[in-house]
Amino acid sequence: MSDFLQEVNEKIGGVPIQRCYHCRKCTAGCPLASVMEYNPNKIIKMIQMGMKDEVLYSATIWLCASCETCVTRCPNEVNIARMMDVLRQMAIEKGGAIREKNVLSFHKAFLASIKMNGRINEPMMMVHYKLLSGDLFSDMAMGLGMFMKGKLSIFSPKTVNLASVKKIFSDTTKQS
Amino acid sequence: MKVSYYPGCSLHATAKEYDQSVKAVSAALGIELKEVEDWSCCGATSAHSTNFKLSVALPARNLIAAEKDALDVMVPCAACFNRFKSAQHHLKEDPKLKKEIEKIVGWTYKGTARVRNPIDIIFNDIGLDTLKGLVKRQLTGLKPVSYYGCLLLRPPEVCEFDNYENPVLLDKMMDSLGAEVKQWSYKTDCCGWSLTISRSDIVGNMVNKLMKMAKEAGANCIAVACPVCMANLDMRAKAELRIPVFYFTELIGIALGLKGSQDWIKLHNIDSKPLLSGLGLL
Repeated sequence: MSDFLQEVNEKIGGVPIQRCYHCRKCTAGCPLASVMEYNPNKIIKMIQMGMKDEVLYSATIWLCASCETCVTRCPNEVNIARMMDVLRQMAIEKGGAIREKNVLSFHKAFLASIKMNGRINEPMMMVHYKLLSGDLFSDMAMGLGMFMKGKLSIFSPKTVNLASVKKIFSDTTKQS
Repeated sequence: MKVSYYPGCSLHATAKEYDQSVKAVSAALGIELKEVEDWSCCGATSAHSTNFKLSVALPARNLIAAEKDALDVMVPCAACFNRFKSAQHHLKEDPKLKKEIEKIVGWTYKGTARVRNPIDIIFNDIGLDTLKGLVKRQLTGLKPVSYYGCLLLRPPEVCEFDNYENPVLLDKMMDSLGAEVKQWSYKTDCCGWSLTISRSDIVGNMVNKLMKMAKEAGANCIAVACPVCMANLDMRAKAELRIPVFYFTELIGIALGLKGSQDWIKLHNIDSKPLLSGLGLL
C-alpha cells in the first residue's frame, strides 16, 4: 500500500478508500465534475496509485463544494467529501503552491473574520479577501446594492467573550 | 413552545429578511425564541475545508451555550444546521475527540440539545393543519418549486431531516398555503455554495441551470431555506433566466398577512413585485 494512501485513510478515519470499486456513481452525481481537473473517481484512483504531488496540487480538491452527494450515494460508504477535506488540509500543511488559490484566500479571510469578531463581518471579510486574492474589482456593484439595502453593516455586533473564540483558534491550530 | 434560537452570521447581514421572517412567523405560530447567549460563528465551509478540529470546536462552543437553556435549538440557516449536526455526530462517535474539544472550549458537552430547522419544527410540532387554519390569503397562482439544496439533507445519517433524494416537507408546507407547487428533479442539487466569491463563473452556470429547470417545470418562483442558496440564485443568475426567489418563511408571512412581509421581499435583488401584485398578493 502506498504511504499516501495509508496517510489519507488514517486521516479520514472511516471506510478505507480501497473499498472503492470504481462504479463512478460519485462522479455521475458530482455537480462540479465537469469543471474539475480530475473527477472524484480519478482522484481516488490517483491516491491508490500514490500520486501525492499531482493530487495535492490539483484544482479538484479546491473546486469540491462539499455538497456531499458523492458520499450519500457511494455504495461502499467511502467518505469522499471528508477525503476532499483531508486532501485540502494536507495540501496546506505541505506548503508550496496551491491551485485555485482564491478559494483558499476566501477561507483564510473568512476564518480571520471569525477570529477577530467571533462572527463574520461581511464587508471587512470581503476587503480582506480582495487584498489576499488581488481580485479587487469584481462584485463591486453587487456589494454596493447590498449596502444600500442595509444588508452589509460595517459595525455588526461581535461575540462578547472573544477570548473563548481566540482560544479555540490557538488550541486547534497548535494541535492539528 | 419555546426553543433556543441560533441566527448565525448570515441572518444578521445578507439574510436579514430570513431572520425577520423567521421571527415573525414563529411569533404567529406561538413559538417563543430565546437567542443562544453570546453565540459565535459555526465556521461554515472554511473551517471544515482547512482544519477539522476547528470545524468541530466552533459549533461545539455554541451547542454548549445552547445546552444551558435545555431547549431544542432552532437553526434556520442550512449551513449552520449542517455544521451543528456534523459536530454532534463527531462528538458522539469519538469520545477521545469529545474530551479534547471540551478542553479547548472549557466546558462539558452533554449532547442534549436537539438541533432543528424551522421547517421540521413547523411541520412536526406546529402541524400543517394549524398553519392552514391561520392562512388569511391563499397563495393562489403562486407556482413555486421547492429548493432544498445540500446542507439540510446530506449526509442523511448526520442531518436526519427528510428523504434525501426526494424531500417533501417544504412542498407540503407550500401546498398548505394554497400555492401550486411544481415538481422538478433539482430539489437537492448544489448551487455552488461558497465558491460564489472565489469562482463566481462556475456558480453562475450552476444557478443558471437551476433557474432554467425551474421555469421548465412551470414554476414562477423558487422557495428556499438557505441563505447561500438564496444569495446565489438571487444574485448570480443571468438576467433573462431570473424568476423571484423567496425564503419559505416569507411566503408563510405573506399567506398569514404578517406585518413586515412586504418589507422583507424588498431586500431581494430580483424584484418580486410584478409577480405578487399580478396575483393580488401585495
